[in-house]
Amino acid sequence: MTAGTTGIAAPAPATEIPAPLVRVEGLRIRFGAREVVRGVSFTVEPGRCLAIVGESGSGKSVTARTLVGLTGHGAEVTAERIEFAGHDLQRLGERAWRSIRGREIGYVLQDALVSLDQLRRVGDEVAEPLRVHKRGTRAERAAAAVELLAAVGVPEPQVRARQRPYELSGGLRQRALIASAIALDPPLLIADEPTTALDVSVQAQVLDLLAEAKERGRALIMISHDLSVVARMADHVAVMRQGEIVEQGPAEQVLHRPQHPYTRALLDAVPSEHTRGQRLVRPAAGQPVVRRERAPIDRSRPVLDARGLTKVYTGPDEVVRTVVDDVSFQLYPGETLGIVGESGSGKTTTARMALALLEPTAGEVLLHGEPWTALTRAQRRSRRRRIGVVYQDPLSSFDPRWSVGRLLVDALSTGPRPPASAEEARARTVRLLDQVGLSPERFDAAPLRLSGGERQRVAIARALAPEPEVIVCDEPVSALDVSIQAQVLDLLTDLQDELGVSYLFISHDLGVIHHMSDRILVMKDGRVVEQGDADEVFERPQHPYTQQLLTALPRLAAA
Amino acid sequence: MTVLARSSSVALGRLPRPGTVLAGGFVALVVLAAVAPGLLTSDTPTQIDLTNALAPPSWEHPFGTDEAGRDLLTRVIHGTGLSLGIGLGATGVSMALAIVLGAAAALAGGVVDTLITRLLEVTFAFPSLLAALLIVAVFGPSVTTSIVAVGVGSMPGYARMVRGQVLAVKESGYIEAAHALGHRPWRVFRQHLLPNAMRPLVAVVTLGVGQSIVWASSLAFLGLGVPPPSPEWGALLDAGRGYITTSWWLAIMPGLVIVLFAVAVTSLGRTLQQRLEGAAR
Repeated sequence: MTAGTTGIAAPAPATEIPAPLVRVEGLRIRFGAREVVRGVSFTVEPGRCLAIVGESGSGKSVTARTLVGLTGHGAEVTAERIEFAGHDLQRLGERAWRSIRGREIGYVLQDALVSLDQLRRVGDEVAEPLRVHKRGTRAERAAAAVELLAAVGVPEPQVRARQRPYELSGGLRQRALIASAIALDPPLLIADEPTTALDVSVQAQVLDLLAEAKERGRALIMISHDLSVVARMADHVAVMRQGEIVEQGPAEQVLHRPQHPYTRALLDAVPSEHTRGQRLVRPAAGQPVVRRERAPIDRSRPVLDARGLTKVYTGPDEVVRTVVDDVSFQLYPGETLGIVGESGSGKTTTARMALALLEPTAGEVLLHGEPWTALTRAQRRSRRRRIGVVYQDPLSSFDPRWSVGRLLVDALSTGPRPPASAEEARARTVRLLDQVGLSPERFDAAPLRLSGGERQRVAIARALAPEPEVIVCDEPVSALDVSIQAQVLDLLTDLQDELGVSYLFISHDLGVIHHMSDRILVMKDGRVVEQGDADEVFERPQHPYTQQLLTALPRLAAA
Repeated sequence: MTVLARSSSVALGRLPRPGTVLAGGFVALVVLAAVAPGLLTSDTPTQIDLTNALAPPSWEHPFGTDEAGRDLLTRVIHGTGLSLGIGLGATGVSMALAIVLGAAAALAGGVVDTLITRLLEVTFAFPSLLAALLIVAVFGPSVTTSIVAVGVGSMPGYARMVRGQVLAVKESGYIEAAHALGHRPWRVFRQHLLPNAMRPLVAVVTLGVGQSIVWASSLAFLGLGVPPPSPEWGALLDAGRGYITTSWWLAIMPGLVIVLFAVAVTSLGRTLQQRLEGAAR
């Protein structure tokens, strides 16, 4: 099952621009009274990649879904032109769409776990387009599925083909999904955030795969919010905002000489080694970059001192797994220590032990030179306020019945100066809200009704309320759009400069870690493979794993 | 996706369905009858009028009269308080027991969990009505015995649900966040764990009140509930049993009220359940 089965023309030489395969003009999509896409036009040529970039709600995904006839229930689609290989795609019936999907247009969804049928074998899922389009016999399709899995770099494809999706890791599932999308080698591939849930090294493999399809002359439409991924893949970039394309052009131009202020703000907001020590959100167009002013860090006495932390779990099958193995670090007052690693590296387990929410199997953590994890629960309780926490998903860390105000008043009551009256509590809560950039009206709001960025601000306010010396931030910006992420990171650094709080900052995102951290801990398989000054580690990584991580990292070149 | 979610919630709307309004109206009427029977009828339930005994339903006596000429509607209205009281009381008893057992099993884990879970399984295997009958047999029929009997009989189901809920909520982020703030375990239990664990059970409890009234009526019908002179719904049904061939209304009318009330409460409970599930993320 290789290239050429569909009878579409062989890839054109890269020098001349071939005729567009996809031509969309004046696309409008509305759901009831809400118009989510407002007059979008673009073209994609064979062998080229168009990246549609935008934040959540910009209309990028719904635009992509429209090209496979899956706009959604109750959607009203109008356009001057939606053409694929010279055929009009408007007003096609479900039957016609089925003959196009898979064979002419392959679609890779974002979340491989929900996109694959959990009860079917991976091989059957991969070969599904072949079955739908009645290619080959059952046995031939099974063989093709194994071949496809091998082609997308899945190790032991014969074993994997017989497994069910839940038995595979996220990276393998995503590759299986791509294998399914390229099963019939369609001339157009649409990938909606294909690497968002993946670790850096797996992401690199998936991007290689897509790049290879492009080399073979397949057209690629990639939907992404990650500008560095886009920089690596795209020939052409369209930036969407509120249903409109605000800027589009060759990737080189859009990413390095952006014309529209929104594109510029978006690019500025990406944290990386270049943004260290400056704010990510620029005050206004033309204003100079604001640099952080920090007091020098006093490294004489650590506020948090982890010594030989180890966590071992014994599974029901008596298999002993060491999740965290002999991890030691010191966190000094006013400092940010970044812990970076891929999923399953033991970052979060380390954080939970630092918070004394999880008993270490061996080793201990000292807080201000005094025992912390070694204390009994009751002894710890009065000191808990000194170490706060901000989670990746703030909403799940809020009692769903409580308003923002109640959450914060509750947190204030655990601090060293509990409010004496309801008036004082309210006044101090409003001050906290102000500190994290939220208006006093948010006092009575339900967290469920807030945006992702606002929720994370509330989480930060709650962590600050008891006046802690350390805040453990576990992937605090991973679920946020890049511009919101920039605001939250700016808020965290501002608060550090103002209050001198220390952060134990956990992230899988190397750019975020480099932007935020003074020192870095690189974890792999529960061990610290490298630790040191942030710039030092990023510029001269010593451990092969760190080097590998940094090579795999797609980058936006310095703007 | 957010767009889709938003538009669908708009399409669902917030207007209750006509069935829900009807059920709500009926339940409100029953509650009114329980709290202030005098507002619904000017007669007294013990008003004997032998000249008018066993009269079929008419405009004057919509539910007919019994063998002593007492107006059946008036008796049903005056029996409401008792029936509803038994229903609520029994549900209260079973929920209280269920919370203690279910939460203890979920929080303690280990041997305690195993013991309580086994105990619940045994009581589950034992028919609930039989358990209730056993309690009545030991303590003799009375209002209190009815409440306890029905309450204990329906406890195992609730206890299992409470255990499951507490287990789920125990692992949630906000419980960990509350511990991380340094709150005492009892406070975390009271403020976060219990209310959130019970939230989805509100609908089940509503359904339970209807069920308890049916059960209490069954006991009374078997002559093991509230003793006869009382106008408790089940007792009325039991009293009408003897006249079923001649004066059908004596059994049918109270029976109809019991059925309608159970249906109304169940319908409300289901609506509540859907609302709560809709509100949960």
